[in-house]
Amino acid sequence: MIERLAELVNADERLVHRGRFVDTTFLLDLGDAGYLIRIVDGRIVTVTAGPFLTPNYSFALRAPREAWETFWQRLPPPGFNDLFALFKQGLLRIEGDLHPLMANLLYFKDVLAAPRREATR
Amino acid sequence: MSDRFAPGFEPIVGRYLNLELLGQPHRLYVEEAGHGIPLLCLHTAGSDARQYRGVLNDPRVTADYRVIAFDMPWHGKSSPPPGWQDADYRLTSRDYVRMIVEIADALGLDKPVVMGCSIGGRIVLHLAHEHPERFRALIGLESAAHVEPYYDVSWLHRPDVHGGEVCAGVVSGLIAPTAPSTARWETLWHYMQGGPGVFKGDLYFYKVDGDIRDRVDEIDTHRCPLFLLTGEYDYSCTTEGTLDVARRTGAEATIMKGLGHFPMSEDPDRFLSYLLPVLARIRGM
Repeated sequence: MIERLAELVNADERLVHRGRFVDTTFLLDLGDAGYLIRIVDGRIVTVTAGPFLTPNYSFALRAPREAWETFWQRLPPPGFNDLFALFKQGLLRIEGDLHPLMANLLYFKDVLAAPRREATR
Repeated sequence: MSDRFAPGFEPIVGRYLNLELLGQPHRLYVEEAGHGIPLLCLHTAGSDARQYRGVLNDPRVTADYRVIAFDMPWHGKSSPPPGWQDADYRLTSRDYVRMIVEIADALGLDKPVVMGCSIGGRIVLHLAHEHPERFRALIGLESAAHVEPYYDVSWLHRPDVHGGEVCAGVVSGLIAPTAPSTARWETLWHYMQGGPGVFKGDLYFYKVDGDIRDRVDEIDTHRCPLFLLTGEYDYSCTTEGTLDVARRTGAEATIMKGLGHFPMSEDPDRFLSYLLPVLARIRGM
């Protein structure tokens, strides 16, 4: 899933354009695994798998793997179709400096939803 | 002739109404279409009456209803009141109820049906509680007695975050994933066009001042019929929140499949399949 994230995002010209001012690293935490995702000018340049000793990132998105897997279904059920839906349910924790996320919210929502494009169900 | 799309006006007529609202002069943008029972439509927080164009343009509705949708002050093409620059906009229950009553009176509407979505779905509960005798029926879309704040609304109005883009970003997930792409992005466009701080000001009513949990049990749906329609993908006003109001008031509630928080705008055809039976019921009352 996450291994393909860079390819999926970077191949989407409009999505990269929407994030053209994004220059940050965020942590995606699936509970049993973590990834540091580095973005420069809207393109994902590196995805680094944990564990990390002293991770450096602007903000972190933390949810259990089952929640992400439901979120990444092609047609997610109510409560799992959006980052804020997970957040409102208490399944997603958002921590750190939220400015890059909130200033580019439509971009990050679609970056996180990109694995849906290859979902088999 | 080429096979180009033929130009043509929609049946909607839009005009500016000058009136006194809440003791101040206002210039209000009002759209309407159809003849018959007045149906006054209230848009969501941070958006405007364009959300109702699918309803205003549907001949199955306008054959029996005079559909009226106005942009609230500060929204759409309605102006903020004179001196707006000297205060922050903050919608209260008291002002919102009074505004609707004053607008209905200014338009000379006799026992209108009021249909509101989100903040509009909340205010119809206040109308049902305070003024049941003034309305033929009330329709609450995405209606709940209260919504707990779940994110920091200060992000919606600060100079280092684009207000239009963050407002659209905040609400985008409230649209059902099955919504047609064109309607989804049109719904978001309305949010991108909101004035600075207006969505946030509306949310003061939605999340703080408009809490009606302590009075819901006093609503008498025999005095004014109340219908509730909520989309299954709405995580702001949840289906549980709507069903709770229905249980406590005797209102008729329907959970709408494949719809979210902006049913009339995100997927008008699907929404109308739920609305038309309600309008038929009200017509027969």
